[in-house]
Amino acid sequence: MHPIIKLIAQRLALGLMLLFAASILIFGGTMMLPGDVAQQILGQSATPESLANLRAELGLNDPPITRYFNWLGGFLTGDLGTALSNGRDIGESVSFRLGNTLFLAFWAAAISVPLAIFLGLLAVRYKDRWPDKLISAVTLTTISIPEFMIGYILIYWISIQLGWFSSVSIIYDTMTLGEKLNAIAIPVMVLTLVVLAHMMRMTRAAILNVMQSAYIETAELKGMGMLKIIRKHAFPNAIAPIVNVVMLNLAYLVVGVVVIEVVFAYPGMGQYLVDHVSKRDVPVVQACGLIFAAVYIGLNLVADIVSILANPRLRHPK
Amino acid sequence: MSDKLLKVRNLKIGATVYPPGEKPKEIEIVHGVDFELEGGKVLGLIGESGAGKSTIGLATMAYGRGGVELTGGEVWVNGRDILKSRMRDVRRLRGGEVTYVSQSAAASFNPAKKIMEQVTEAAILQKKFSKKEAEARAVELFRKLGLPDPENIGSRYPHQVSGGQLQRCMTALALCPEPDLVVFDEPTTALDVTTQIDVLAAIKEAIHATGVAALYITHDLAVVAQVSDHIMVLKMGEMVEYGTTDQIINNPREEYTQALVSVRSIRHEEKQPTDNPLLRVENVTARYRGTDFDVLKNVNVELHPGQTLAVVGESGSGKSTLARVITGLLPPSKGQITFDGRSLSQDLKSRSYEDLRELQMIYQMADTAMNPRQTVGTIIGRPLEFYFGLKGKEKQRRIQELLDEIELGTGFQDRYPAELSGGQKQRVCIARALAAKPKLIICDEVTSALDPLVADGILKLLLNLQKIEDVAYLFITHDLATVKAIADSIAVMYQGQVVRYGTKSEVLSPPFDDYTDLLLSSVPEMKLGWLEETLEHRRMESAGH
Repeated sequence: MHPIIKLIAQRLALGLMLLFAASILIFGGTMMLPGDVAQQILGQSATPESLANLRAELGLNDPPITRYFNWLGGFLTGDLGTALSNGRDIGESVSFRLGNTLFLAFWAAAISVPLAIFLGLLAVRYKDRWPDKLISAVTLTTISIPEFMIGYILIYWISIQLGWFSSVSIIYDTMTLGEKLNAIAIPVMVLTLVVLAHMMRMTRAAILNVMQSAYIETAELKGMGMLKIIRKHAFPNAIAPIVNVVMLNLAYLVVGVVVIEVVFAYPGMGQYLVDHVSKRDVPVVQACGLIFAAVYIGLNLVADIVSILANPRLRHPK
Repeated sequence: MSDKLLKVRNLKIGATVYPPGEKPKEIEIVHGVDFELEGGKVLGLIGESGAGKSTIGLATMAYGRGGVELTGGEVWVNGRDILKSRMRDVRRLRGGEVTYVSQSAAASFNPAKKIMEQVTEAAILQKKFSKKEAEARAVELFRKLGLPDPENIGSRYPHQVSGGQLQRCMTALALCPEPDLVVFDEPTTALDVTTQIDVLAAIKEAIHATGVAALYITHDLAVVAQVSDHIMVLKMGEMVEYGTTDQIINNPREEYTQALVSVRSIRHEEKQPTDNPLLRVENVTARYRGTDFDVLKNVNVELHPGQTLAVVGESGSGKSTLARVITGLLPPSKGQITFDGRSLSQDLKSRSYEDLRELQMIYQMADTAMNPRQTVGTIIGRPLEFYFGLKGKEKQRRIQELLDEIELGTGFQDRYPAELSGGQKQRVCIARALAAKPKLIICDEVTSALDPLVADGILKLLLNLQKIEDVAYLFITHDLATVKAIADSIAVMYQGQVVRYGTKSEVLSPPFDDYTDLLLSSVPEMKLGWLEETLEHRRMESAGH
């Protein structure tokens, strides 16, 4: 068997094990919260009898291990359970919310990743000269300002002063793609500014590291221009570290955008999770936790696999 | 000015250095060098490290490596001064008119791209050939350079071919755009001696076939004598002597050139084996963990007190592994080692204090073998405390004694390794080994990283110390000249086996086995026409078989 298939299979197995461990942590963690679901549902109206009835009905008297496997089994078959607060099916709510989050994350990534890599290449090309310093200064400033602050500043300038885009980003199914994009324009800008610096600086550092290599000198002595050297000879050898940081930022775009969703009243996963944490709706919190864990592990897995595939020694063994 | 291909006038090159703890300062590393080169001729640039050879070579492409700056003078290529040209014109020169072959092809090829793409890149970029023409030309060059499977080798990645093959690919890379001048910067230095002769012949053949001019940079006069028409000897950024190859080799005028020519003229009377060997390696077989082949196969050697056993072989022959087994770093899977009449434990951890003290080691890279934050005094003093419990005045006296023995005066005690030259560093390592009063020192390629004249000094010192201290050396090297200079007995290793073993005179006299013959005849000799003679001889032999 090609060694690379073995390596990738190992990574996949490792990712699954990690996800399994995360599910145990999530389930165990919510178990440790004081009180139980029955008490939360009944609240003030709880009597010992009604509590006992509800517990039996919800299967809360079963040992934790049985309940864990019931929960996990449900998850694997697509049954995410029912929200306590409103009795709705979690799967349905989540699929709508997750779709929205991925929609926002996709457009933020589609703009920020190419832009970050391009700016990184540019910074290398003009290393220690004014373009490099300007790019660093601007991206570091935007990463240093809290994201809600950037959000409000952009709302003020773009939405209120210029009147270009809407300051509220509520979207629903009946909107056309153009309307949706118009609604999310400002949050996409904010997210881009937030994740740009990290990816840009990693691209710059990774490529500068490669630029020390003797084969870069070989390319220079072929009479090749700097930008072309960076693109053709340095970049392919810097892919692994760049992909790593890109994936971390993509994961952030999916699971870390709570603040932005709240600022723009965007109906995404983050807001959904925060709402239900405050209502102590444990099944929803568990479901969201596991989905977020899966996104994180999945994206890092992709980064690992890309790193393996980017290594010519592994791709083409002797 | 247009009749000559290359004309260098009063070339001055500077660099910025960063001495530890001081402000960066500008220094001049090449102080006004003049030379010229006609089309189709080969000029050898020779000198020790720091002579400015590579720097001058790269200056013909208007290139300064790292912080190097071309500060003055003129470099005329094809009738124009490239130091005054605009960047765009310089880029057309590089890779088009002048190309470069570096010492380490392994590092100079991009690991992520196929060989063919890299070999043809400059020719296509400089619009010398179309992609198709360039590829056809590359295949032709691969064939000329004697690469196996010339049709398909270009579709492989650099890590998929051997070091010698990659060095030839690098030559093809330089010749592909049909340049007027190729700068060869130590193209065979990193290769094994048996590979070197083939690559050297391939390069020479390619130079002749394409009629290209070349600057051939090396520290090895015997190598450059085989390929160049003229030789320029450089020292510390200045020209020492310039002449035809014949004149430089056979009739050097300057004292420095004479020293370079007569390097490795050490003669050493071989001592005869005694009845009680100090070290006896019996039937040793070893492999590294996680691998499935033996790096050492049934090795048997003996070393007698106060004598030198040279273990010689190419990279990968197992000679350094033998040292690791003897020192206990790698327990053998079979066999045993007897030292001074007692059996040595296989594992380092279970060896006694005395075992450790009596068996010391010196390494190839003196740089990395010393703690850069300790003074020379501390480095040499450590084994004195450790093994003999010396303190205070007594320790200082002994350190001074050792420094005298390695011919470094007072004042070196307080210096840091970074303040020493390469040769001085290796001397300190020798002193540290001697401080333990060992019976055996394993010397692993200790002169390989040094310039020939400096290496000579180290070898003389080692021989001298052997007389005084009666210490035995196990001398690991790939360099047969070194072996001839200092060995009493020799073990030739090939693919983990000792293929020839005996006293120096036995091993170096015919009849030879095939491998030893190949090894011995591959060592460049300092005479004109050696390369052709040797290759012709080999052709006759193989025809005769």
